[in-house]
Amino acid sequence: MKRLFLLLFALFLTSTASIASEVKEAALAADPVAEKRLQALSAELRCLVCQNQTIADSNAELAVDLRREIRGMIAAGQTDGQIVDFMVNRYGDFVLYRPPVKGITLLLWAGPIAMLLIGLFALHRYLRRRATRLDDSERPLSAEEARQADSLLKENTPQ
Amino acid sequence: MNRYYWILGAFALLVALLAVGLGLNPRDVPSPLVGKPAPDFKLPILATPEKTLSPADLKGQVWLFNVWASWCVSCRQEHPVLVQFARSHQVPVIGLNYKEVRGDGNLDMRRIAPEQEKTLAFERANGWLAQHGNPYRLTVMDLDGRVGIDYGVYGVPETYVVDKAGVIRMKHTGPITPDVLSQKILPLVAELSQ
Repeated sequence: MKRLFLLLFALFLTSTASIASEVKEAALAADPVAEKRLQALSAELRCLVCQNQTIADSNAELAVDLRREIRGMIAAGQTDGQIVDFMVNRYGDFVLYRPPVKGITLLLWAGPIAMLLIGLFALHRYLRRRATRLDDSERPLSAEEARQADSLLKENTPQ
Repeated sequence: MNRYYWILGAFALLVALLAVGLGLNPRDVPSPLVGKPAPDFKLPILATPEKTLSPADLKGQVWLFNVWASWCVSCRQEHPVLVQFARSHQVPVIGLNYKEVRGDGNLDMRRIAPEQEKTLAFERANGWLAQHGNPYRLTVMDLDGRVGIDYGVYGVPETYVVDKAGVIRMKHTGPITPDVLSQKILPLVAELSQ
């Protein structure tokens, strides 16, 4: 019960916080072109406070500040590359939802492909084995085997 | 039988991977600033607001840069550790007061005039240090959090170790515990002070 109350309280807090920041930011959203660039850029950047949200989605204070910084940089005529560099220089590759391919991120990028290849290899091996097993079972009996089978059948046939 | 060893091995590998991966702290994002010069700033000093401080003023000595604010709950937790450290007078601790007024979720910024913010921030910061003890050689005031952004601050408290050449050598995110101080910070400070 206490937990439920806390949860509701937290929801209430976040909703009021977002209203406040929306009011603040609506005033800044005067230039539609710049605003579109801001949206596109900040959707690629991770908020460090609430780690699974983008800077575009997050209402954390830091995300609001960073949107303000990006707005300033767009107004100052900086390119998208310069703005992304600004972020990476401060917070590292962690802010990028699409980190660059380099030594330390190789496993991240190549991992899924490697897993797929391993899976395909395992499937291939399994199918080959099953095929030989099936072939084996369909092969006609040799003369020796036929004789053995006959004698077994005769033994078990009731007289 | 052989097959089952294979599956067991793969499973053990997965468990090991998850054990390591889930054991890491996702809040501990490695800072790209380690090994780079401390970003420049020029901010007013809490005790003497008409004067400013820049990292260049501290060249030639090892210093700790501790980000704090009176609204920051974890700062209260680490504060006694800092006060104790400051008593040993090993190296100066410089405070960066981060968004003293704006960062406080309990204050409504729409009701605070810009010129009022500065007075209020200095008042609150001074009050907090008077109440909890002042471990800082001096504190600089970052009212709008811009210097915080340059230092990649994303959760107060954070602490940086800067060497004699003005290069950041370590960043610790979160409160400094006695363990962090004795195992990470003190050995590094001793090494850098030589």
